[in-house]
Amino acid sequence: MDLNLVHMVLFLVGIIAFAAGNAAYLVWVERKGAARIQRRTGPCEVGPAGLIQPLADGAKLMSKQIVFPDGIDKPLFMLAPMFAMIPAVMIFVTIPFGPVGFGPFADFMIVAREMNIGLLMILAFASVNVMALLLGGWSSKNKYAVISAIRGVSQGIAFEIPLVITAITIVMISGSMQLSTIVEAQAGGFWNWNWMPLQGNLFGPVSFIVFFICFLAETNRAPFDLGEAESELIAGFHTEYSSMGFGLFFMGEYANIVIGASLTTILFLGGWTSPFPEFVPVLGASSFLWFLLKIYLLIWTVVLIRWTYPRVTLWSLLNLAWKILIPFALINLLGSAVLIKILPMLGL
Amino acid sequence: MAGYFNSILTGTKSLVTGLLITQAEFFKKPVTLQYPHESLEMTPRYRGHIQLVKNPETGTHQCISCGMCQKGCPSGCITLKGVKQEGVKGKVLVQYDLDFTTCSLCGQCIENCKPGAIEFSLEYNLASTNKEDFHYDLLERVKEQK
Repeated sequence: MDLNLVHMVLFLVGIIAFAAGNAAYLVWVERKGAARIQRRTGPCEVGPAGLIQPLADGAKLMSKQIVFPDGIDKPLFMLAPMFAMIPAVMIFVTIPFGPVGFGPFADFMIVAREMNIGLLMILAFASVNVMALLLGGWSSKNKYAVISAIRGVSQGIAFEIPLVITAITIVMISGSMQLSTIVEAQAGGFWNWNWMPLQGNLFGPVSFIVFFICFLAETNRAPFDLGEAESELIAGFHTEYSSMGFGLFFMGEYANIVIGASLTTILFLGGWTSPFPEFVPVLGASSFLWFLLKIYLLIWTVVLIRWTYPRVTLWSLLNLAWKILIPFALINLLGSAVLIKILPMLGL
Repeated sequence: MAGYFNSILTGTKSLVTGLLITQAEFFKKPVTLQYPHESLEMTPRYRGHIQLVKNPETGTHQCISCGMCQKGCPSGCITLKGVKQEGVKGKVLVQYDLDFTTCSLCGQCIENCKPGAIEFSLEYNLASTNKEDFHYDLLERVKEQK
């Protein structure tokens, strides 16, 4: 990996642009999608099909005043939105988008810094998100924000357990924490992907569903958006935030969705590998375009889920984590371990 | 234990059904109208402010200037004036003003009108910061009407 200055600056700009652009335009996708699902048209005034709406919203947020309410813990209050956005940008550093796949740079891997413990780094940074929620809620001296922060933390911790256990299952199967190795272990057609019950992992589909549910819950998305249950808690932990403080929380949330979708794609859906075998012309080639297609399909599912299901109660949310997901994830882990290690030892 | 797995299975099935319904709705056409750009035609029995009925044969109104609408109006919204002109039978309407600011749309004027010369219009896009905008010259209006 060539880590010269140009490479660094290019990837820094690219990552920030990708994260911010996605955050802005996913809001547009979300609003348009919600509108069409409810048989409305959605934003259509600012630019063609409302395409300039995210820029107008951004300009509005930036031109607003940041309000510091009386009695807040000001340093923490200012730190919380950064904690929401910085890990989201940091995680993109190690996410491999895959090779270009065509043209003169066909073998160039689009990744800022590949690491042999990439998955661990992503999980570590992803857990900082809970911290942002807690700090934001606690420092703003607002009872709704505090209730929301308590909910968010209990939810975040409960769902991190099955998430990590499922990730460990995948690490055991592919034998590496390096994301590109995990993807390359799944190459050669969609039946090789980790979510299929082939390749010695009979529990693939269950793992995939557990991981996807945990990703929804970790990013505080509906139907698990108890942290910002607007009907009960105003806006949850970011009730007291205005201007770009709120904007950073908002962007962090959408950037986290992109990260969650990327991680699900890398761990279960074969990353940038093509769903068709290598010998199929053009479509069989690995390319970052496959990666983008997969993550955007996943993101669309996430949007669809938000506008389909009502919000769960805190009770049923924690029940889901502790009574269903954690047992299933543990059985998965044990089952995969048996399939990988013990069966070959018995000569099966 | 059977109930535990059963609830997971039936729950999953209903979740997938819900997703398929919303995805199907997504591909249908929106039913809303973008109001300032497009609007529905008002239903024929809507009570807007009154207007003079245009007779398609003569191309003008049918008012005989009897003044019954003016007399019947409880709020005194209507001011009309008919003058006797030479060579014409009856009076000729020269002024028909409606002060819509005090009108309560009771319809007494229309009830009173024997020749059926006035009717409710279908106007509903009425908004102004100026009171004078609600004083209508209905005689002018019937001339402009298609």
